[in-house]
Amino acid sequence: MQRSKELIEQGHIWTFPGGIHPPERKYAAAEPIRELPLPERFILPLRQHIGEPADILVKPGDTVLKGQALTNSKQHGQLPVHAPSSGVVSSIGPARVAHPSGLADTCIIIEPDGDDRWGERQAYADYRNHDHATLLNHIQQSGIAGLGGAGFPTAQKLALQKPLDYLILNGVECEPYICADDRLMREYAAEIISGAEILMYLADIPKTLVAVEDNKPEAIKVLTEALQDHATITLRVVPTRYPSGGEKQLIQLLTGREVPSRGLPIDIGLVMQNVATAFAVKRAIIDGEPLLQRVVTATGEALQQPGNYWVRLGTPVAHLLNQAGFQAEPQQRVIMGGPMMGFALPDLTVPVVKITNCILAPSSRELPDAEPEMPCIRCGACADACPASLLPQQLYWHAKAKEFDELEQQNLFDCIECGACAYVCPSAIPLVHYYRKAKAEIRNIAREKAQAEVARERFEARQQRLEREQQERLERHRKAAEARKQSQAEAAKTTGKDPQDAVKAALARAKARRAKQQAQSSSDDDS
Amino acid sequence: MTFRIAPAPHTKPARSTGQVMRLVCYALIPGALAHYVIFGPGIIIQLLLATITAVATEFLFTQARRRTSHNTLADYSAVVTAVLLALSIPSLAPWWIIVIGTVFSIGIVKHLYGGIGQNIFNPAMAGYVVLLVSFPLQMTSWPLPAELSNFSVSFYDATQLIFSGYTADGYNVQQLKAGVDGISMATPLDTLKTGLSQQLTTPEITNNPIFSGIAGVGWQLLNAAFLLGGLALIATRVISWHIPVGLMLGLAVPALIGSAIAPDQSIGLFMHLFGGATMLGAFFIATDPVSAATSNRGRLYFGLLIGFLVYVIRTWGGYPDGVAFAVLLANMCVPIIDKYSQPTVYGHKGSSS
Repeated sequence: MQRSKELIEQGHIWTFPGGIHPPERKYAAAEPIRELPLPERFILPLRQHIGEPADILVKPGDTVLKGQALTNSKQHGQLPVHAPSSGVVSSIGPARVAHPSGLADTCIIIEPDGDDRWGERQAYADYRNHDHATLLNHIQQSGIAGLGGAGFPTAQKLALQKPLDYLILNGVECEPYICADDRLMREYAAEIISGAEILMYLADIPKTLVAVEDNKPEAIKVLTEALQDHATITLRVVPTRYPSGGEKQLIQLLTGREVPSRGLPIDIGLVMQNVATAFAVKRAIIDGEPLLQRVVTATGEALQQPGNYWVRLGTPVAHLLNQAGFQAEPQQRVIMGGPMMGFALPDLTVPVVKITNCILAPSSRELPDAEPEMPCIRCGACADACPASLLPQQLYWHAKAKEFDELEQQNLFDCIECGACAYVCPSAIPLVHYYRKAKAEIRNIAREKAQAEVARERFEARQQRLEREQQERLERHRKAAEARKQSQAEAAKTTGKDPQDAVKAALARAKARRAKQQAQSSSDDDS
Repeated sequence: MTFRIAPAPHTKPARSTGQVMRLVCYALIPGALAHYVIFGPGIIIQLLLATITAVATEFLFTQARRRTSHNTLADYSAVVTAVLLALSIPSLAPWWIIVIGTVFSIGIVKHLYGGIGQNIFNPAMAGYVVLLVSFPLQMTSWPLPAELSNFSVSFYDATQLIFSGYTADGYNVQQLKAGVDGISMATPLDTLKTGLSQQLTTPEITNNPIFSGIAGVGWQLLNAAFLLGGLALIATRVISWHIPVGLMLGLAVPALIGSAIAPDQSIGLFMHLFGGATMLGAFFIATDPVSAATSNRGRLYFGLLIGFLVYVIRTWGGYPDGVAFAVLLANMCVPIIDKYSQPTVYGHKGSSS
């Protein structure tokens, strides 16, 4: 560990297995980030992060100000959303959101009034005079989630109390086409660095490594200059290879450490944040701005002005694309995210959310349609490309045969779904698709098993309760009978009469009556 | 307007299966040319026969299995099997040899197991072994390399020999095999094997014109040509180096030990590597991805096993060459190799699983 730390300090760059070199096509990085005019309406899904939606604070017809919280996060796992501009809440209800399933989720619809009037803002420019809890709560209430793609609430990540060696600031952005972080680093390096300082203060981290891929020379230049007088924040340039920006891969590159399976970076003394998240933290703490907008790369040959835009959260994709000069071809594909991990949108009403880093509208020339899926020839190109050292083809065979035990044995859940395997597959098999499906099925089985377990426990508890109740009833009856016997015995003692005599007399009377009846009925038969 | 939905990644494969198989065919061109130079124009007819038979068999079996034959034929895997089989058999063998072999390779070994990707055994080698055990005479009747032969076999002669068994002048393959001294000669490996079994020493046996050079006239050139094509396959990343290197190591190490212990009773390193089917086997046959091991470490083990088995068969077995049998035996071991050669997955270092 000590030796490895020395190597980290020396700036050693480790390597990771596999990886691919797809065409980079980051041509949208040429232009500075542009502002986007306000759309006609904002569609704000309540859930834009990993966790539960927060409670709604507004109702249709309410007037809201820019930056006003629309939902209120009270519980762990909730994260609020804010009004991206001033306007009126026109409705609240289900609308299609950015999810591969194309399903609807609850959204707050806001029609902006065009004034873009700010509400009350709370800043902590002197953050070193405030305690961690206050600042973490502020970050939480500012709605900040990891902007790199996962959308994990940032304050929750920082609140995990464990000793940390390094904060890693991820500016690698390894997926083709996407250059939102690249532009942000070029234009806002100082603010990103202040964000990193706040993060270091909040989680008591002594040092920060800022990682950038070597295909971004301008960002590297700007950061090198900006970091000249920072002793605790250093720049690390990593070779361009997809998926070097994956959390686990970047950790391996910078520290040689591996996040244990099913563990977190924090288990090995590291925490990673995206550069855009650091920027958002700076804006929230220093300027009092909640997370209202982000940089989105709008790119692809179907756009006349590809570039990066400041896009307010909730802006429909159609609005962004129209501003970028969208000219759809027949059978156009529009992808949210990059070509490797993004998903195709069913329509363009879906809004840009916190984790949207790219909208890609490719021509069929630059990204041709996938070829029909062919049988696997076990060539092993996928295994050579896998950054997690999995055997993708074995996973594929087992996924196809629904051999879930085998899949877990082959560590399906260590797959990061980067798509490198599917990219190199000569048989055009959508491998990641198979893995996602198998993972979902395994999770379903586990959930059903857990439910069955709960049901069994409840059933057993009920059985026990019934049995206990029966025992108690019997006991009660027994006691009652005993008490009765005792009282009868006592009565007999006091009156000198056996209470059984009365019973015997009653039996004799009944017998006589029956005999009489019988005699009568037999005489009726005779007649 | 509706937009088209497709799963990620939204890209086209850099290299399709069809392209991979075509590259394998191109890499076999040096070997085929060497074959032509050494053993005459018979190879052209064999290649044509094998390819036509393979495509026809592939078509019929995909039809029978109710699959789309277009995709299956477009992957060129049947052509690769056919070409490998054609290059493995004596170039003047009767036409029905290659036809039976190809039908067996494609129909039985490949399609009855479920088509491409599903076969346990290497189709070309399974076909070859069936031919070798069924028709040993035809399958061991290699013509003499051109520079040792009294006869030059024209394209017309080759056609006559393959389809009728005799040239226009009435010679058959056995007669054409007669060398300069009029004695019928087998392949260098075969000659060595027979000689050693007759208690002759290696220097005595190799004192024969067919053994000039490092591994026998003709055969050394043929192996060098396959080596060249194989290196091209590694350079273009169609195959990884693990299987060829494993195979050659698995063969070379026992060969060196054998030569050190008993130089007069062993075949010798260069004879092992550049005689017989070693290079064709190492770069083109053992590397068939479908029937080989999966991980790189597994591939190395797989190659080592084949190389060792080739040495064992050549030294103590009943056949002069052993590549085909070694490959089939190793094919059977693939599941167990795969089980014990899984790479350590990210995040599992130090844990027992």
